[in-house]
Amino acid sequence: MLASIATFALTGVDSREVTVEVDVRRGLPAFTVVGLPDAGVREARERVRAALLNSNLEFPLQRITANLAPASLRKAGTGFDLALAVGVLVASGQVPASQPDRTAVSGELSLGGALRPVRGALACALGARAAGYERLVVAVENAEEAALAEGLQVLPVPSLTRLVELLRGRWRPDQPPRTPETRARCSPAPDLADVRGQQDAKRALEIAAAGGHNLLMVGPPGAGKTMTARRLPGILPPPSFDEALEITRIRGAAGLGDGRLALERPFRAPHHTTSPQGLVGGGSVPRPGEITLAHRGVLFLDEIAEFSRAALEALRQPLEDGVVEITRGQRSLALPARAMLVAACNPCPCAHGAGDCRCNELDRLRYARRLSGPLLDRIDLICDVQPPPAAELVARAATAERSAAVRDRVVAARERQARRLAGDDALCNGHMDGRATRRHAVLGTRGTERLLSSVEAGTLTGRGHDRVLRLARTIADLAARERIVAGDVEEALGYRLVSPVEMAA
Amino acid sequence: MTGACDSCLRRGYLVGELAARIAAMLDRPGKRVGALLSLPEDELVEAVSAGVADAPLSRYDSGQARSEMAERGVRALCRHDGRYPGQLLQLLDPPAVLFVSGYGDLDLLAHDSSVALVGTRRPSPYGREVAQGLGRGLAAAGVPVVSGLALGIDAEGHRGCLAADGRAVAVLACGPDVPYPRTNRRLYERVRERGLVVSELPPGQRPYRWSFPARNRIMAGLARITVVVEAADPSGSLITTQFATQLGRGVGAVPGQVTSRVAAGTNNLLKDGAALVTGPQDLLDELFGSESAEGRAARVQAAAGAIDDPVQLRLLEAVEASLGIDGICAHAGVPVREARAGLSRLERSGHVRRDPLGGYRRTAAPC
Repeated sequence: MLASIATFALTGVDSREVTVEVDVRRGLPAFTVVGLPDAGVREARERVRAALLNSNLEFPLQRITANLAPASLRKAGTGFDLALAVGVLVASGQVPASQPDRTAVSGELSLGGALRPVRGALACALGARAAGYERLVVAVENAEEAALAEGLQVLPVPSLTRLVELLRGRWRPDQPPRTPETRARCSPAPDLADVRGQQDAKRALEIAAAGGHNLLMVGPPGAGKTMTARRLPGILPPPSFDEALEITRIRGAAGLGDGRLALERPFRAPHHTTSPQGLVGGGSVPRPGEITLAHRGVLFLDEIAEFSRAALEALRQPLEDGVVEITRGQRSLALPARAMLVAACNPCPCAHGAGDCRCNELDRLRYARRLSGPLLDRIDLICDVQPPPAAELVARAATAERSAAVRDRVVAARERQARRLAGDDALCNGHMDGRATRRHAVLGTRGTERLLSSVEAGTLTGRGHDRVLRLARTIADLAARERIVAGDVEEALGYRLVSPVEMAA
Repeated sequence: MTGACDSCLRRGYLVGELAARIAAMLDRPGKRVGALLSLPEDELVEAVSAGVADAPLSRYDSGQARSEMAERGVRALCRHDGRYPGQLLQLLDPPAVLFVSGYGDLDLLAHDSSVALVGTRRPSPYGREVAQGLGRGLAAAGVPVVSGLALGIDAEGHRGCLAADGRAVAVLACGPDVPYPRTNRRLYERVRERGLVVSELPPGQRPYRWSFPARNRIMAGLARITVVVEAADPSGSLITTQFATQLGRGVGAVPGQVTSRVAAGTNNLLKDGAALVTGPQDLLDELFGSESAEGRAARVQAAAGAIDDPVQLRLLEAVEASLGIDGICAHAGVPVREARAGLSRLERSGHVRRDPLGGYRRTAAPC
């Protein structure tokens, strides 16, 4: 007898429908799995056999052939266990052939017959919904995450025994909790008010958040660069439901999620020894990299000068396009990668900065050169992070502004931009190309004069010009002004990045 | 024949030929060439390569040397040419011939009021700024700036000079067609475009340890005043000032922080009576006579008068104290956005400068 069960395989951060066909007929007892299974999938045979027997079900002593279709797709992982087991049950007539109807299944089996969670439950659920399935059977631990896909009935099942009861119509599982309850439970994000001093960094962070500009923080070790950068997700506009779903799906697919809806944007801070594959994704079974994990959030590269050139080079295209295309073997994969970049570095190799620096010129030049290049072209503003004076540390934190207040201004500025950029590709000022910049960042005569005199004084290059315009546009948006005034241009000039290459000449 | 006569050119190539052997004799720390370079040819050969069989320059051919020089764009100038810098002849061992590369005018070398700027290869940001300011100020007043193209102070002095479209002279410890150190090769090209690169070693020679102090004597010999911006003690820059003192030329030093390692040499020079240099004007006074009190007052006023806004002045003070941006805000008593805007106004007016990584520095006072 032949059975055909639907399940979903994780590809990157999406899922793809896989039909598990099981054929049971007379012959020498054997269990073969075909359809490009990897070692993990072939091991499923042992788990399925033991799980069935330990659940007081019958494992047919017949010739069993399972095919994972499409046969051309490489299958990896343990998520096919449940589909194989159900296939055997249906094909051997232990559950009615009419079941499961318009239902997909996903889960790993223990030898005792319990259902174990798998990575990427939300991706799987979204795939099932898109493919027109009405129900999805998952392990109890995966239920909450899978239930985020609205319009799909998620059936949390603890074990194979329960599943058989469900298929025989003798048991109904409880509905997993829905989104609103999930939303209520969450720990607060770190607040900007906890950061003492750092007026410059806070202002730069606000501008960066408001315009989606990439930011470089410069300061000695221990000055609070990471601490400050960690507050950026808290002042970015809260993710919309669709964005939150996207974030949750990616986290789940990487096995990082707690199964709940993400309420804050991600903040990823990979160590500087991370390989290019680690940053952009890759591997023989391609897995999402840090830039994808930071999608819709913040990618923080501390000690950016210590990252390998290849790694930084690899980040360039994703930062520009918002998507990573990786090709491995026969197929290619597109992973989402729209993240804000915050980089941090020391003022010079000895890290002491202007006052008591011990570096010689050659070291400084080398350091600056290592920083320069493709990635720095994507950075719009630079800020100064100094250890706050002692007085600041002991003072009461009465005056510091809270993240929520900053976020309100950022949201308002983003709304202004969204209205203005409705006809363009860009979502925010930081994404404007040269043409959009010139159309939307129009200066008054005094602003133009300031900018021109900077170009003439040799302190601003042509390439820097557009960046300053974009920044000035954002600064005006933050002040809720449509017109860019001379002061905006001057502040933007103050925050602009001077390419070390230009300086080294 | 202008440039170099055959015998002088032969002598120049002989020094080049013997350079490696001189190095074998002398290349230990603390050893100097001494009077070696003043010896006549046979004694020099004898002193350097006694017992070595093959006679140096056995394959030397002046025609070939000249065509090689022409190929590499190198000119030679011997002491029999009117354009040879006369002030060099006061040295005990003046180079017989100077090999010159670059498009500047050869008369530049004989200029009677050039200034040598020397100093450490590892300057502080302050030293860098001052060296560049001196180079700029001197160049703006038409004074040629002589230096050694080394990293640090030398390079900044050249940069300042070139920034003011001045005439730069770089004296090298290797052949004039060899951009050494390699890091400064772009600077080397820029010096060649507007000025001269000079050496006593023939084209193609690499530098030796002994040729650096030998180069320093040429710098001291060319300049009327030798100024040290930052130097540890002991240092190569102090060797240059010793030569200058022996020649009876002026020696100046820029004062530094007493706690700074690279100020020890300069501060000691000041103790020993070197002229205190706080800006290009001090050197111009020394070269061309004192500026009148009114003139100085007017100049100071002009420099400060560009800023009449009290907030701008406080920002400038804060930058001088090398505070971070937050410190600058606190000092000037303004919110950070106004501080950033104010700083970019100061940058535009040339009072402060941005570091590659965003810090602000006070520029040296405009001349």
